[in-house]
Amino acid sequence: MKSAIELNEIRNTFKDEVCQYTNGSIARILVGVATCGIAAGAESVISEFQEQLNQLGLSDIAITQTGCIGVCDLEPIVDVIMPGEDKVTYVRMTPEKVKKVVSNHIKNGHIVEEYTIKHILDNLNTKGLANINSTKLEEVNFFKKQKRIALKNCGIINPESIDEYIALNGYKALEKAIIEMTSKEVVDLLKESGLRGRGGGGFTTGLKWEFTAKAENDKKYVVCNADEGDPGAFMDRSILEGDPQSILEAMTIAGYAVGANKGFIYIRAEYPMAVKRLEKAISQAKEYELLGKNILGTNFSFDIELRLGAGAFVCGEETALIRSIEGERGMSVQKPPFPANSGLWGKPTLINNVETFANITQMILKGSEWFRSIGTEKSPGTKVFALGGKITNTGLVEIPMGTTLREVIYEIGGGIPHNKEFKAVQTGGPSGGCIPFTHIDSPIDYDTLTAIGSMMGSGGMIVMDEDNCMVDVAKFFLEFVSHESCGKCSPCRIGTKRLLEILTKITEGKGTIEDIDNLERLSHDIKATALCGLGQTAPNPVLSTLKYFRHEYEAHVNEHRCVAGVCKAFKSYTIKPVRCVGCGVCARVCPVHAITGVVKKPYSIDQEKCIKCGACMDQCRFEAIENTFKKERE
Amino acid sequence: MENVKKCCANQQTSKTLLKAKEELRDIKGKEGALIPALHKIQSVYGYLPEEALMLVSEELDIPITQIYGVASFYSFFSLEPKGQHIISVCLGTACYVKGAQNILERLSSELGIEEGSTTEDGKFTLQATRCIGACGLAPVIMIDEKVYGKLSSHDIPKILREYK
Repeated sequence: MKSAIELNEIRNTFKDEVCQYTNGSIARILVGVATCGIAAGAESVISEFQEQLNQLGLSDIAITQTGCIGVCDLEPIVDVIMPGEDKVTYVRMTPEKVKKVVSNHIKNGHIVEEYTIKHILDNLNTKGLANINSTKLEEVNFFKKQKRIALKNCGIINPESIDEYIALNGYKALEKAIIEMTSKEVVDLLKESGLRGRGGGGFTTGLKWEFTAKAENDKKYVVCNADEGDPGAFMDRSILEGDPQSILEAMTIAGYAVGANKGFIYIRAEYPMAVKRLEKAISQAKEYELLGKNILGTNFSFDIELRLGAGAFVCGEETALIRSIEGERGMSVQKPPFPANSGLWGKPTLINNVETFANITQMILKGSEWFRSIGTEKSPGTKVFALGGKITNTGLVEIPMGTTLREVIYEIGGGIPHNKEFKAVQTGGPSGGCIPFTHIDSPIDYDTLTAIGSMMGSGGMIVMDEDNCMVDVAKFFLEFVSHESCGKCSPCRIGTKRLLEILTKITEGKGTIEDIDNLERLSHDIKATALCGLGQTAPNPVLSTLKYFRHEYEAHVNEHRCVAGVCKAFKSYTIKPVRCVGCGVCARVCPVHAITGVVKKPYSIDQEKCIKCGACMDQCRFEAIENTFKKERE
Repeated sequence: MENVKKCCANQQTSKTLLKAKEELRDIKGKEGALIPALHKIQSVYGYLPEEALMLVSEELDIPITQIYGVASFYSFFSLEPKGQHIISVCLGTACYVKGAQNILERLSSELGIEEGSTTEDGKFTLQATRCIGACGLAPVIMIDEKVYGKLSSHDIPKILREYK
């Protein structure tokens, strides 16, 4: 394909097929098949649909795979669209349920109410998701406060079909940019929009583009940072699995704007499905000549190559990422010079994160004013968060900046399950911090989060409840960063190790008050002296927990107790004889055979053998097992 | 008899080496080819054996010391052979706050090995891994490429039985 006219022809041909909001003319079954969908059993659901439809001679009904819509907890999710009818969303599907859906709904036109999202949520009475009168997913509370720009196509189109992407205005932005706009106009538009880097730092994207555009060189590069390393974050994975073409299109536009002809996507090897979909997307784009020489008949040529990471968190830092693509150890280097002037192989290089790129096409089509109308003045647009931890509705949400933490956690996320108490929300991954309930009404934007001791980060949002120990959480992050430090500068290499040692000492019950002071002092020293972003932000989990949860540190040291009942040094499990009915379940689940007793009589735990894993307590239906420190707290 | 066996074993090695060589052909001459080359080798052998690294050194004209430096920097690359099934326990934040540590401990006691090692029969390698991005299903483990989600420690024996 050479021209914009041909692109338009494809757009018209495939429009009907993907039109699921209007009454399409073709029946279609959409199954969410991203990593989480597959883990929940989406593949067996698809094969059952195929078998059932074949048996009924309805094999002309298309079964389409799509990306993740974001409600992980309800996977596998299936949309059934019959001609002339509204879309029906079935959730938590199994092969058994498929049989009934095919025979009742698809064959005879009777919706299977009890499997629809409405019915299942009504019965679960899940806060935040319930109160809907629709069989459609979009009308659930979980989606009402969302605004989807980066996730626009995720869960809507088949990510392995470039035609569907084109049908939903795909490559229209590229057409507009390279045919109607000059490079400078594209850069100016981006600057006016105020878009800030979604990888965490929040640097103005337009400026990055401008610096790279102005750097003079015969060769320049565009790099997409898909090394999504923050534990608890999976936004980029979902975008790449659900809408890979949008990233290719945006990178091509970036290439045009800054004057580069070659792009690299640096992606984690731990995301095999995203890699597979990107490979397919690149080969389709090449086939359609949307990548390659003389794109859309212009003089502009651009090509994209995939590079796999190899399990080093530090490679999310741009200078380390550059070294890694060059085939070296991924170690950061001093900035300046910035990559915009001297990046890959010393050439000017534009590096943006996946989600940043995911905003570009919409912005080109709708303009900077539209973008600025969403979000806040200093943080325009939306942000995708991966909501996880102790929260009712886990999943992926895209919200306008400025939405409060309370809205996300309680209205979209449905609050804390099992009537537990909220303790903190962690944002920004290992570079971020833990935010306590006193800041729950803070708006989510770059500057507010930094001001309250955390940061935006790439978008992990992990909720913690009363059962999480904040010293242990700080230790968890320090274990992570000390392991992932590249080792180049001593503040990070040695400093994070010392922080970890002190935290371990405290959680083992051997800490002193001086240790707490040392933690604080050392944290500030590391922040001030480390070479790159990883080291400079590594102490944040310690500092934020010290700021808001110092009493927990002090309880470990002064009173030898862990209020959350997590730290093993302070806890012991015992069986309350009055409650124990002698069912023996605890003895069976105990991995070290520490529990003994006679059936129908109270059991007991051998404290010498007990490894304090808590498996017995999780399994006891009679609440007969207690963790001693919890008791004292209550 | 013994000779025959040896001969077959040699053939096997040279066959794999040949395959590795073939895989390297496309990469040769690319800018920054080393890491893609190591990925290819690991997909052929399951780990990075010395003979294959020597081959990479020859083919790409990179000193072996530099290759060792890169291979040992990245946790995805292994210089030791791994078990038939690789069990990765996600220790991302979402999994951690939902008890991933207990899952890891249970696996460790069921298999009788420490994290990072392989069972004597070469069947399982147990490793902790960085976030695999299935946080909505936390805590999760991955056996080879299959993800198991929403686990509690007593699910472990049943899952292991699938592979025994």
